[in-house]
Amino acid sequence: MANIISDETIEYVGILAKLELSGEEKEQAKKDMGSMLDYIDKLSELDTDGVEPMSHVFPVENVFREDIVTNGDEREAVLKNAPGEKDGMFAVPRTFD
Amino acid sequence: MRREKRTACLPYRVPLTKACRGYWLPTHGNGDQWTDMEEKTVDILKYTAVELAEKIKAKEVTVKEAVEAVFARIEAKEESLHCYVTLDKEGAFQRAEEVQKKIDAGELTGRLAGVPVAIKDNMCTEGMLTTCSSKILGNFLPTFSAEAVRNLEKAGAVILGKTNMDEFAMGSTTETSAYGVTRNPWNTEHVPGGSSGGSAAAVAGEECYFALGSDTGGSIRQPAGYCGVVGMKPTYGTVSRYGLIAYGSSLDQIGPLCKDVTDCAAILEAISTHDPKDSTSISREDTDFTKALVEDVRGMRIGIPRDYFGEGLDSEVREAVLAAAETLKEKGAVVEEFDLSLVEYAIPTYYTIAAAEASSNLERFDGIKYGYRTESFEGLHNMYKKTRSEGFGPEVKRRIMLGSFVLSSGYYDAYYLKALKVKALIKKAFDDAFAKYNVILGPVAPTTAPRLGESLSDPMKMYLGDIYTISINLAGLPGICLPCGKDSRGLPIGLQLIGDCFQEKKLIQTAYTYECARGKFGVPDAENRGKAVQKTEESEGR
Repeated sequence: MANIISDETIEYVGILAKLELSGEEKEQAKKDMGSMLDYIDKLSELDTDGVEPMSHVFPVENVFREDIVTNGDEREAVLKNAPGEKDGMFAVPRTFD
Repeated sequence: MRREKRTACLPYRVPLTKACRGYWLPTHGNGDQWTDMEEKTVDILKYTAVELAEKIKAKEVTVKEAVEAVFARIEAKEESLHCYVTLDKEGAFQRAEEVQKKIDAGELTGRLAGVPVAIKDNMCTEGMLTTCSSKILGNFLPTFSAEAVRNLEKAGAVILGKTNMDEFAMGSTTETSAYGVTRNPWNTEHVPGGSSGGSAAAVAGEECYFALGSDTGGSIRQPAGYCGVVGMKPTYGTVSRYGLIAYGSSLDQIGPLCKDVTDCAAILEAISTHDPKDSTSISREDTDFTKALVEDVRGMRIGIPRDYFGEGLDSEVREAVLAAAETLKEKGAVVEEFDLSLVEYAIPTYYTIAAAEASSNLERFDGIKYGYRTESFEGLHNMYKKTRSEGFGPEVKRRIMLGSFVLSSGYYDAYYLKALKVKALIKKAFDDAFAKYNVILGPVAPTTAPRLGESLSDPMKMYLGDIYTISINLAGLPGICLPCGKDSRGLPIGLQLIGDCFQEKKLIQTAYTYECARGKFGVPDAENRGKAVQKTEESEGR
């Protein structure tokens, strides 16, 4: 089955992925995703009825700990990596009008 | 202090002559005027990591001499190979002095004390640039080091710098790096493999004694194969992923790239620790891997999957791998062919799961907390989109798009959930195989290293090259790759051994026994390294 990716799908996936693609990139993405999905469709040949989806290979359980701060104050070092900083806080673009 | 370090950690984009002047030692020339120092430099580089640590302990070599030798080699080779994104020369010499003192005081006695190491650029190193070979992290200075890196520091290793890789470890050639391609030391027209290509090339090109890589779908083993070095992906959960910048969290594992199996065991032993900071870290008591360096495979049951020798496998690779199996048989192993099954479903399963996890993991790169932010934008969402679109390369965007799609409502069950079910079937197929065999033997890749530029033109073709490596990530298994020959063009051929979960020791024992039978594999440009080294090699009968 050949997967045809519509313009709407690419728009929608672009919103989910938070990516802004140029016209050319969109065409390429449609082609690439179509051929990848054609390939992934191979999995439908396998009967997986009754098979439990495996997210982790070992039967590990959630790891809990007490909510105690163990690291020191790294605010200055952390903020040094921020593209925008003001008064010891991350500076972000205006979010509400 | 941090600011000083920042200038000390020169990104490789700074011309190396400037960065390294002062420690420059000529290692190449017409070979007529070798001085004692030059001869010593060449000799020092020849040692494996474990051998070097022994020489340092015996006071035959100092840590500073080892670091000098490596930087001299880097000066000579880096322009053509480009293994590193960042070099920290100043830091390395400073560290060498500290380590030497501790060795002299008897505080550091381990197998890696004083040994210079390179770290793949997706592992955080405190105060040292960590870019993931991406524009979006071009100026990122971590405030902490990855647990695996800290373990090496505790063992007394000296960090040289950060190695080039495919952007966010997405790729099989190291060509998707935002900072240029790395070249294969055996033939610079060919790729080193990927995504840990910089680490593999640095080991093969003797620009470090060993390196750390990460393996999500073969990213340690395949470049090890292409570059003729030893690479190992341990059982999932053996090495902490804390501080490893995530690609596919359920698949990622850190492991060594090194000169031989002995080094591999020693490095793995040093980095395998239980870490409460990684919730998938497993508490193991059998991490004394060097105990498995035993030359004996009598009774070892080795299975060769027929499915790994079908269409697409290069005939020279097939011959070399089967010859290695024959060698192990002669040493007493029981070698049999069998059908593993489901091999052709591993790639679509892997790319669904890896892309899904990547799309989620890479959401954190939004231009707020660290890294690149676009110049001009209108509002928050436009800033996110422009930052990410300008910051990520094409392969990363391709996988984020695919991952977002397979996780989107309406497609989640058909693609993502389906892949998780097939993953369960693949794990079951391996469980059945390991009920019969101790070790599975096969090639690491269908061909030797492709030429530069050949792979990126057709992503699907590049993905197909991962066929022998990715299923073991899906099943969480350990795998080791070591060289077993060269093709007619002189490019190394990789042998892959796969073990059941937690059976690294069986792999190390089998690999070690094979390596003893094979003898030294050699280095890429021995003939260009001057008389001193040639003489040694002749006398060793390489």
